[in-house]
Amino acid sequence: MDILTMLKQLGGGMLVTVEIFFLTLILSLPLGLFISFARMKKNCFVQGGAKLYIGVMRGTPLMLQLIVVYFAPYYLFGMRINHYRFLAVILAFSLNYAAYFAEIYRSGIESMPIGQYEAAKVLGYNKVQTFVRIILPQVIKRILPSVTNEIITLVKDTSLAFVISITEMFTTAKQIEAAQTTILPLMMAGVFYFIFNFIVAGVMEYLEKKLGYYK
Amino acid sequence: MNLLEMNHIKKSFEGGLEVIKDISLCVKEGEVVSIIGPSGSGKSTLLRCAAMLEKIDSGELIYLGQKVAWNDSHFKSVYMSSSDKKKIEKYYGFVFQNFHLFPHFNVLKNVIDAPERVLKLPKKEAEKKGLALLEQLGLSDKKDAYPYQLSGGQQQRVSIARALAMDPKILFFDEPTSALDPELTGEVQKVIQSLAKERMTMIIVTHEMQFARKISDRIIFMERGKIQAEGTPEVIFGTGNERIREFIGRLQNE
Repeated sequence: MDILTMLKQLGGGMLVTVEIFFLTLILSLPLGLFISFARMKKNCFVQGGAKLYIGVMRGTPLMLQLIVVYFAPYYLFGMRINHYRFLAVILAFSLNYAAYFAEIYRSGIESMPIGQYEAAKVLGYNKVQTFVRIILPQVIKRILPSVTNEIITLVKDTSLAFVISITEMFTTAKQIEAAQTTILPLMMAGVFYFIFNFIVAGVMEYLEKKLGYYK
Repeated sequence: MNLLEMNHIKKSFEGGLEVIKDISLCVKEGEVVSIIGPSGSGKSTLLRCAAMLEKIDSGELIYLGQKVAWNDSHFKSVYMSSSDKKKIEKYYGFVFQNFHLFPHFNVLKNVIDAPERVLKLPKKEAEKKGLALLEQLGLSDKKDAYPYQLSGGQQQRVSIARALAMDPKILFFDEPTSALDPELTGEVQKVIQSLAKERMTMIIVTHEMQFARKISDRIIFMERGKIQAEGTPEVIFGTGNERIREFIGRLQNE
């Protein structure tokens, strides 16, 4: 098998990897904000629930979570869902990353000086306006470096999807490796992840620069 | 009519520290009142209670005859509903010791964002008003600058412009010059003085004795959570009260 054929086969897997990446981001970023709100609530049940959720998500392997999410509907409820494999991957990744993002949001929100809230209050802003116009933009600037870290990890974590036989790129690379007894496809996969992350880091750096207009 | 009325206000912080012990205070339209006193005497807390940044434990808070907080049968304060409070918040502006400008907004946006979002003024109108205010406070050339690019004095003037843009009936100043270099306090004091000339109603917590003497209609001396003396600058500065003489003397010599 020549390199071009390998690349072609890997190409299909790359597409799935990119899909998992973007869908997870789109879902986990807002979900994380929601969980961080729950985590910061004074109500001890809401706060405790959020704490437990974050604890479990961070405290158990993502690989295990993938398996649980994939098999739970069948073993717990006897449900067979069509084309569930891909959905399960997105679900597991989003639920897991939301927990990490929640803690990042919380660190950003709790680091905001109380004076910003007080200034907004005496100017008559309501709670939603205060958060959306005054607090969140500053929080985003503060947490961007930690978010970048997390996103880069996500790019590499997409390879874990192979445990439930999603044919993303890493799975494809391993299949070719096994069939052709060459580690070349795995090396190519490595280069792909590297380039992907290079682009991600570039985009995040651009965003940081854009938000650098104030201190 | 009294713009602001505070009756028998009591306030303790968690842990039981009683910072305000039964204070009553009335402010009429056009009046400039300064509150002086040693650190920890409860001056700032009283101001923050008036601006609803702190909840009072007991007593009455009244704006323009409208009861904002009152005592229940156990002498615990009850506040009006949050939506009614939002209306009351429009009566006053608050200037903080540390400015608390919004760092991600430029100067003009800091001034006009609340009028646009809260008072729902059309953008053009808010801008016109904002620019006029910046001009009045000598900040026209800074309208596109961001807060971090300004000196402390300029930042404090922006925060005064921001408060004025909401057309408040009364302005609260919480040690407006305490965070500034001595050379920058003058420019902020000048602004407050010109507001006093226009008969803006103000309550100013300050450590600057000469400034308080110059601009106030009335000076309140607070210590240990109580009003110890109250009167015109002449009365307070000419007092026979040893404690007040000592306090004023010490600060003036600094």
